[in-house]
Amino acid sequence: MDVIRFTLNGQSVEERGIAPTTTLLNYLRHRGLTGTKEGCAEGDCGACTVALLEEAPDGTGRWRAVNSCLVLLPMLQGREVVTVEGIADGDRAHPAQTAMVQNLGSQCGYCTPGVVMSLFEATYRSDLDEAWKLDDQMCGNLCRCTGYRPIRDAAKAVAGTRPRDRFLERAAVRAGQGMKLAYAAGVQRYFNPVSVGELCELLDTHPEARIVSGGTDLCLEVTKKRRELPLLISVEGVPELRRMERRPEALVLGAAASLSDVEAFTRESCPPLHRMLRYFASRQIKNRGTLGGNVCNASPIGDTPPVLLALGASVTLRRSSGTRTVPLDAFFLDYRKTALQAGEFLESVTIPSIPAGARAAAYKVSRRRELDISAVAAGFFVVTDDAGRVTEARLAYGGMAAIPRRAAGAEAALRGQPWNEASVEKAVAALAKDFTPISDLRASAWYRATVAGNLLRGFHLETRDQHVPHLPQRPNATLHLQPSPGGQS
Amino acid sequence: MSQPTPLHHPALHESGRLHANGAALYVDDIPPPKGMLVGQVIPSPVARGRIVSIDAAEAAQVPGVYAVLFARDVPGHNQVGPSFPDEPLLAEGEVHCVGQIVGLVVAEDLAACRAAAAKVRVKYEELPALLTVEQADAAGSYIGTPHFMQRGDPDVALAIAALRFNGVVETPGQDHFYLETHCALAIPGEDGTFTVHSSTQHPSEVQAKVAEVLHMPRSRVVVLSPRMGGGFGGKETQGNHYAALAALGALKTRRAVKVWLDRDEDMTQTGKRHPFRMTYEAGFSSDGMITALKARLLANGGWAADLTIPILDRSLFHADNAYFLPHVRLEGRAVRTNLPSNTAFRGFGGPQGMVLIEEIFNRAAERLGLDPAELRRRNYYGDAPRNVTQYHQEVKDNRLARIHQELMASSNYVARRAAIEKFNERSPHVKRGIGMQPVKFGISFTMSMLNQAGALVLIYSDGSVQLNHGGTEMGQGLHTKMLVVAAHELGLPPERIRVMTTATDKVPNTSATAASSGADLNGQAVRNACAVLRDRLRPVAARLLGLSVEDAHRVVFLDGHASVPGGTERVPWEKVTERAYVEQVSLSATGYYRTPDIKYDRAQGRGKPFHYFAYGAAVVEVELNGLTGEHRMLRADILHDVGDSLTPTIDRGQVEGAFVQGVGWLTCEEVIFDAKGRVLTHGPSTYKIPAVGEAPEDFHVALLDRAPQDGVIHGSKAVGEPPFMLGIAVVTALRHAVGAFGQVGREVELALPASPEALLRAVERARSAVAHGKARAG
Ligand SMILES: Cc1cc2nc3c(=O)[nH]c(=O)nc-3n(C[C@H](O)[C@H](O)[C@H](O)COP(=O)(O)OP(=O)(O)OC[C@H]3O[C@@H](n4cnc5c(N)ncnc54)[C@H](O)[C@@H]3O)c2cc1C
Ligand code: FES
Ligand code: FES
Repeated sequence: MDVIRFTLNGQSVEERGIAPTTTLLNYLRHRGLTGTKEGCAEGDCGACTVALLEEAPDGTGRWRAVNSCLVLLPMLQGREVVTVEGIADGDRAHPAQTAMVQNLGSQCGYCTPGVVMSLFEATYRSDLDEAWKLDDQMCGNLCRCTGYRPIRDAAKAVAGTRPRDRFLERAAVRAGQGMKLAYAAGVQRYFNPVSVGELCELLDTHPEARIVSGGTDLCLEVTKKRRELPLLISVEGVPELRRMERRPEALVLGAAASLSDVEAFTRESCPPLHRMLRYFASRQIKNRGTLGGNVCNASPIGDTPPVLLALGASVTLRRSSGTRTVPLDAFFLDYRKTALQAGEFLESVTIPSIPAGARAAAYKVSRRRELDISAVAAGFFVVTDDAGRVTEARLAYGGMAAIPRRAAGAEAALRGQPWNEASVEKAVAALAKDFTPISDLRASAWYRATVAGNLLRGFHLETRDQHVPHLPQRPNATLHLQPSPGGQS
Repeated sequence: MSQPTPLHHPALHESGRLHANGAALYVDDIPPPKGMLVGQVIPSPVARGRIVSIDAAEAAQVPGVYAVLFARDVPGHNQVGPSFPDEPLLAEGEVHCVGQIVGLVVAEDLAACRAAAAKVRVKYEELPALLTVEQADAAGSYIGTPHFMQRGDPDVALAIAALRFNGVVETPGQDHFYLETHCALAIPGEDGTFTVHSSTQHPSEVQAKVAEVLHMPRSRVVVLSPRMGGGFGGKETQGNHYAALAALGALKTRRAVKVWLDRDEDMTQTGKRHPFRMTYEAGFSSDGMITALKARLLANGGWAADLTIPILDRSLFHADNAYFLPHVRLEGRAVRTNLPSNTAFRGFGGPQGMVLIEEIFNRAAERLGLDPAELRRRNYYGDAPRNVTQYHQEVKDNRLARIHQELMASSNYVARRAAIEKFNERSPHVKRGIGMQPVKFGISFTMSMLNQAGALVLIYSDGSVQLNHGGTEMGQGLHTKMLVVAAHELGLPPERIRVMTTATDKVPNTSATAASSGADLNGQAVRNACAVLRDRLRPVAARLLGLSVEDAHRVVFLDGHASVPGGTERVPWEKVTERAYVEQVSLSATGYYRTPDIKYDRAQGRGKPFHYFAYGAAVVEVELNGLTGEHRMLRADILHDVGDSLTPTIDRGQVEGAFVQGVGWLTCEEVIFDAKGRVLTHGPSTYKIPAVGEAPEDFHVALLDRAPQDGVIHGSKAVGEPPFMLGIAVVTALRHAVGAFGQVGREVELALPASPEALLRAVERARSAVAHGKARAG
């Protein structure tokens, strides 16, 4: 099979002979669909946003805004895409377009098609129930002209209005998550298996293949490093890998579950992870990026590893011969090196339930609050006994070393000690021995070290009243500290 | 619905519908002409070096490659600098910064370009480079001549000042980060002519540079600037290079050639806002009146002059901002370094000058224990003799006091400041701060001759109208405003007028759309052209209305009809134009305008460089986390003076957008170079402009009402740049919050940009000062 089939603005398209690493953005623009713009080709500006029909956990569809600069053409196999040119109804503009025009949401107009497509997703979402969520929805769309006020107004006007139109109708029907594909063009190949069995078999035959999930990390190798990537095997078409399950003792999250699905799923079931995902990338990235991709990418500044480490997560790895479970602690070996062996893939992540009384939270500090890479990320988990002494402590950091890892010295300093300010100060002091962070363009070593300690201090303060803090109403800073009613403490 | 005139009424953006449905065309969206090739730049990898040898033989063999071009291939003048001939299009002999253009590969597609570029072998002998202002200043590496301004005797005034302090202020660079990167498409025509589509704010200069590079008269080159996806000054001169390269490629290959930069190329090669290093000494009276200021402003120009000198000049013109400086001496100098050549950016030096004086006022307020807003109010320009700037221009129509009073009331500043102090008392780790910031900004190109503009209006006999003017549209809404002006003059609903693509074969010898002057200058030209046509049509209409020719002057055009006031009869516009054609009346006219009465003597530091001043003020409240240095803007209130706004909806958008851009400059954005002069922040993953969350949660923007400006089109005022500087308010607010972590009456040390890291350092300093104080007291 060497044909990619998908639906573009309501019309079926078949493509062959095109390099499988062709991005959707380049494809659209070459086809003359120049409404979709390139502002960066790295997922960070949103000018290239289009909408993809995705299968929801309940099997129905939903429109999801994605960065077309980070979507490879074969990823569309059997799926449906709409661009800014395809959402009007004849001469009648889509409400997202009208809202932008009426609010003067465009000045130079270059960000506008992307903004419109993020608004398009917002139009059909039914969970945008708080004001800050509109910012979360729109933070992947940079606009240099407007200062965002009119874009916010447009978002307010359309979010959750769910007009009864062809897009709503289309989403009600079973969407399907793509079709099986074995594609070749020139020397490059791309496989999209749709069952675990097929995936295992393919990896057995091609242990040298690169695995791709949402592609939000991997595609940068194409757009920025200009790699050719001869052989890609996708995991996103395998339904088992997208499953999310809440068991009494643990959450089991499929490796290919999208981060926006994980975000929604963990709101009650795992507040620390949910909170971390609120500060993770942008809506578009979270719509494509997956938990498994974040873990396997093994970046020292990946945001979910610290919180997963703190919560004592483990990973289940699979190959045709069977599965093995590895504590996440033992998964990250060295800079960008994991315990994954050739031919093996990550199937799921298991997060033990947070025991009653335990304290747990996660933090991310970056130059810009939204859509930025961490300077420091942290996940903390502390259990105390009846006497208030620490029996268990897991303090994990990202951005502090070559891999995301725990602070052994600081943890030891806490164990057996009363959970109070003095013990926290001892742990903070011990952090200096646990890590020797580097200076780079995101932050200096001084800043990283200072903030790492301050986050632990902040964790102590923040969990005084609420042991597992939920996302605050107005999530201003990742560390949420209320003024004390009684004056300076 | 039609209204008698669209003037001073809300309007939608003229291209809004096309923006929103994806049909709006930018240069890169133009369908490729047959056989089009693409060009890619070969940039210098070193900050300074001698080109030892160039070998492109292998590159030329790459399949799909049509040409590999270097300086030796330029038939004409290898120069694209706007003011001095110090900026070769393609490097000759030496390279002066990383990213300087050394060569151009022209090929069938970008993949072939890249493959060939990788095979071009240029050998450099690396030479020592100057990267910082201090290095260049010490080495005596300057651009142009210094600029001095003086009044009174600052040395004596300093000697007797009750409060006297000195310091250094460094302002950061800023990438324009227009969403549309640079792009140009050159198409060869018959008989050695060229049509160039360019994403430029200055089509006439692009035309001139292309003609010089190709060695032909300008009449052979037509440059069109369709809309730009943002400019902000970054496309005032920087587009020259890419248009000239595309044209050179087209000349050599006889095919259409497009040169488009990806984001990384754009951010590596093009110039940015000038970083400044400013040293000062200031004196104040005990009641907070500034008595003396001595300052030296050093601008980092990068490797070529570009617009550095007028930018430096404007920083000096705005080192007073809104305040009367009784005794003052300013020195401005620009240094030449081995960085990309810095260029125009919204505010054009004004922001840097203002940050200096605002820092001085913040420090004075902190030392004197005065509310910084009150300190500022006391120092505003006022009645004579406190109404003359340091360059001896009189400040007329001073609206500072009025704006201050109205904004302080509407923002509830005093009560909120008190509430913040209370909040801060019981919040050890999170502090709030509030800051007020006035702005006074001079309007006009400070190079006086540039203050001219032209327009060409064409009426077709069916009554439809084409409007051409010399300004370019980059999102600022100029076309919308010009449409409003023309519709008002001709008495037509705006739908009947089309604004045409800005093109050098419609209006010649235009100035850049810059200095916020686009609407002021072009608006007058459009109005003049329309007035000519209206006068020609009056006698025609009079005849149709059955009036005598003597009564022609009474004819008015309104709502698509000609009539006389009080009369009952109306003739539709298209009947008039149809009849005019029959009567052999010319239906096209040009308009022209120049700003009267401005001149400046740079050698003397004296004159009237500005036609008028625009004013505004902002009040900003922030919340700062003392454990991480993260902050958030809780609320912003702005009152801005745009005169009688031509189009209030457009002006509001300019104010909001400029403000947030100014805040970005001083907070989350940071251009970082390594020790080799390579920019590390060359994409949005590392260069962070404000995202939606950086905009204030609670945003109140008002335009000053009842504020017509004399001598400007329909009483309006320029709006593009002035509100950028309202963003400086965030610094005052942040300093307030930082200060709350320490002891009252202590000066805050906050570096710019106020990133979380800079803020955390400032907080730690403030805290340790407290600890120190305690230790000493104990
Ligand atoms: C603009 C932008 C912003 C971002 N912001 C953040 C951020 O805030 N925080 C953050 O942590 N990251 C961020 N990222 C990085 C990225 O989005 C995340 O790491 C994401 O979770 C990756 O998931 P993916 O499915 O897209 O991975 P992919 O790109 O598909 O894969 C990433 C790597 O993991 C491997 N892999 C993927 N799935 C499996 C599997 N099941 N088994 C074995 N190997 C596998 C791939 O081979 C590849 O090497 C950002 C990226 C971009 C472009
Ligand atoms: S082009 Fe910027 S996000 Fe895709
Ligand atoms: S309108 Fe210009 S970038 Fe958004």
